[in-house]
Amino acid sequence: MSLVNVTDLTVEFGSLHAVDGLTFRLEQGAALALVGESGSGKSTVASALLGLHRGTGARVGGSIEVAGVDVQAASDDELRRLRGGKAAMVFQDPLSSLDPYYAIGDQIAEVYRVHTRASRRAARARAVEVLDRVGIPDAVRRSRSRPHEFSGGMRQRALIAMALACAPGLLIADEPTTALDVTVQAQILDLLHTLREETGMGLLLVTHDVGVAAESVDEVLVMRHGRAVEHGPVSAVLGSPAQPYTRELLGAVPRVDAPRGHAEVPEKPAEAVLEATGLRREFGRGKRAFTAVDDVSLTIRRGETLGIVGESGSGKTTLGRMLVGLLEPTAGEVRYDGHARVGVNPAVQMVFQDPVSSLNPRRSVGESIADPLRARGEADEGRIRGRVRELLERVGLEAAHYDRYPHEFSGGQRQRVGIARALAADPRVIVCDEPVSALDVTTQAQVVALLGELQRELGLALVFVAHDLAVVRQVSDRVAVMRRGRIVEEGPADEVYDNPQNPYTKQLLAAVPALDPRIAAQRRAARRELAVV
Amino acid sequence: MSGFGGFALRRTVGAVVTLFAISVIVYVVFYVTPGNVAQITCGPRCSPAQVQQVAEQLHLNDPLYTQYWHFLQGLVVGQDYSTGTSVEHCSAPCLGLSYQSDQQVTALILAKLPVSLSLVFGAMVLWLILGVGTGVLSAWRRGRLTERLLTGVTLAGVATPVFVIGLVLMIVVCGQFQLLPFPQYVAFTDDPEQWAWNLLLPWLSLALIEAAAFARLTRAAMLETLAEDHIRTFRAYGVGERSVIGRHALRGALAPVIALNANNFGSAVGGAVLTETLFGLPGIGQELVHAVNVVDLPVVVGMVLVIGFFVVVANVVADVLYAVADRRVVLA
Repeated sequence: MSLVNVTDLTVEFGSLHAVDGLTFRLEQGAALALVGESGSGKSTVASALLGLHRGTGARVGGSIEVAGVDVQAASDDELRRLRGGKAAMVFQDPLSSLDPYYAIGDQIAEVYRVHTRASRRAARARAVEVLDRVGIPDAVRRSRSRPHEFSGGMRQRALIAMALACAPGLLIADEPTTALDVTVQAQILDLLHTLREETGMGLLLVTHDVGVAAESVDEVLVMRHGRAVEHGPVSAVLGSPAQPYTRELLGAVPRVDAPRGHAEVPEKPAEAVLEATGLRREFGRGKRAFTAVDDVSLTIRRGETLGIVGESGSGKTTLGRMLVGLLEPTAGEVRYDGHARVGVNPAVQMVFQDPVSSLNPRRSVGESIADPLRARGEADEGRIRGRVRELLERVGLEAAHYDRYPHEFSGGQRQRVGIARALAADPRVIVCDEPVSALDVTTQAQVVALLGELQRELGLALVFVAHDLAVVRQVSDRVAVMRRGRIVEEGPADEVYDNPQNPYTKQLLAAVPALDPRIAAQRRAARRELAVV
Repeated sequence: MSGFGGFALRRTVGAVVTLFAISVIVYVVFYVTPGNVAQITCGPRCSPAQVQQVAEQLHLNDPLYTQYWHFLQGLVVGQDYSTGTSVEHCSAPCLGLSYQSDQQVTALILAKLPVSLSLVFGAMVLWLILGVGTGVLSAWRRGRLTERLLTGVTLAGVATPVFVIGLVLMIVVCGQFQLLPFPQYVAFTDDPEQWAWNLLLPWLSLALIEAAAFARLTRAAMLETLAEDHIRTFRAYGVGERSVIGRHALRGALAPVIALNANNFGSAVGGAVLTETLFGLPGIGQELVHAVNVVDLPVVVGMVLVIGFFVVVANVVADVLYAVADRRVVLA
């Protein structure tokens, strides 16, 4: 009997067909990844396996069988026994997925008691046992901590511990590593792999990241618009995709091991536009003082792209904000065109990470783009409108979009609006802070291409701040790797990536998921050896 | 827990500073008014000699900061008032003398305070039970008939003045069916049972009005919490709906309830005038209205300070409870 048997599954929310005739099986102990971009219906499938759509107004059709339970026909009690007992789910955002008010050990114990009728004491002991199992150090003490006292990786481990508590036969992981840094992601994926080897449980992994799938599963099911595009062994689907969409998806994934596409080496280095010397920034005072950026010096030349890469908390966003002038450095200075700069300068603009929250939802996008023009003193409405229309077309939108509001656009389009707004002030430098991290890979590729095009055309210098090593390689001429507020390694992109000198850079690169399952297995073995030492 | 102790201490120090600021503002507002303050304080029937005596007792001829200093001194260590022939001692916390009723303000307030506190404490217990209970129920039964009925009832509760509810209750319960006697205040120390029976109707009418606001707030906060990710986690792990609502969602909804309760408790101590009047309870609210009507300045100032004291204290208690409910508050 299969562990999961889904036949002709449909899920409709009102008139939206989120899942449309999906059929797949998962055998005991096997691992399957549902891969797709946002809106492909992959998470909806995961929720359907546990009957989580019941009572929400969604219409679920077809048959779902999980661990011998007919999810469609099961009573509420049967369904509750399935959830967490026979099949457990690990969610994307570990901070919001745990109750902030209770100790982590208590939350796991509560779930355990629901399914086993164990005593409070026994449930607490089990909680400590599983926390220890997933690698939480000093599990007895840490089980009394609340979620906010854990780091992102530890929270995800705690959620996995909760899933393990009742020894389920199936683990459903919905984007389990999306909110995590790349080194932590590697640890979590390795943990899932080891757990699977030891307990023999099946794994259904839902992810948008092809690399994560390649690292973790035997089979891949590529989804688009609620339908299966391609389904097969991971090496076959990723190695020689049969469907055009799969090829497109794989083509859009930036490769950390591929050199940058265009290589126009200038004869002599262009003049420096932006120079930072000895930049330092502290937050807080007294005992709580925290140094976010410490003694960073950089030079950005005309027409080049400097990539700044680092994990969360490395100080890369703080650095970016200081370069633009949104934050005053505690020490050091930023020079623009050789002159010391105070406050913001229209020639240095910024593109922000989240295009949803960085545009005012109550103003039309045209008005938002016009802001820098008005700030510069332009008062002629006709000229402003004309310039904004020009900018909209320049970034690949339509002039008629002037009067639309942010919610009418997709994520990629919104980021184009953000870029148009940065361009409005005729900048010479644009600092992009995680400009594509909220976007799907195919959209990501388009936005990256647009930035490159604008750079060549307008001779812009770009500072590209991101946590994704592959994207940074794809766009950068030079790369600076940040850790704990300092630059640990800096140099031409290909040199840093192909021949890293700093141990931290090596560690980062080793943690990037490989698209080839064989290489992924080799890297996992290598990481294991590193961990033993 | 050292962080927690420090947090409580910081809040208490903050409260003392706030109270000090309130006393300055109240003093300035009432004593730096145009007109003859001594004449107003003494009352309309005072002779010029008496007015002169009041001016001296309150140091009204001295600079403003000296006047305030003496006032503050009275609050902290007590003060002696000389009438020329005899000396009246007013021990700390001395809020001054009411020349019109010939009493010490502190004594006057202390006589009324138990009535107001009895009323508000009892009503608070009721409004929390009724309000939070209704809120939880309507969040749980969202979209069903129960919820719509409860929403209608609470809306009616918010819209009904206390004297309507109180009168109806009194007519039905005490008049028509004679289940309870018409309320008459009995001190708790005299007879706890009679105290409770007599206060039952006042409690109920004050609580019904207040509960409506709590029900609406609890419902909104619960619905917000129920939409959060961690609720989804526990549902996806087979935790029953009762536990999800009662343990996880309610905990998240408590913070705004605590905050609203602090405000409403503090302001009801001096602000339940209508309830007090309707049921003939000689509390702070009634006394304040009387003092304002006859322009008894020392009493008004004293009352305002006492009410301010309760609002501030209620808020400190709320802040500390807040931190107990959610440890992340201590960090902020």
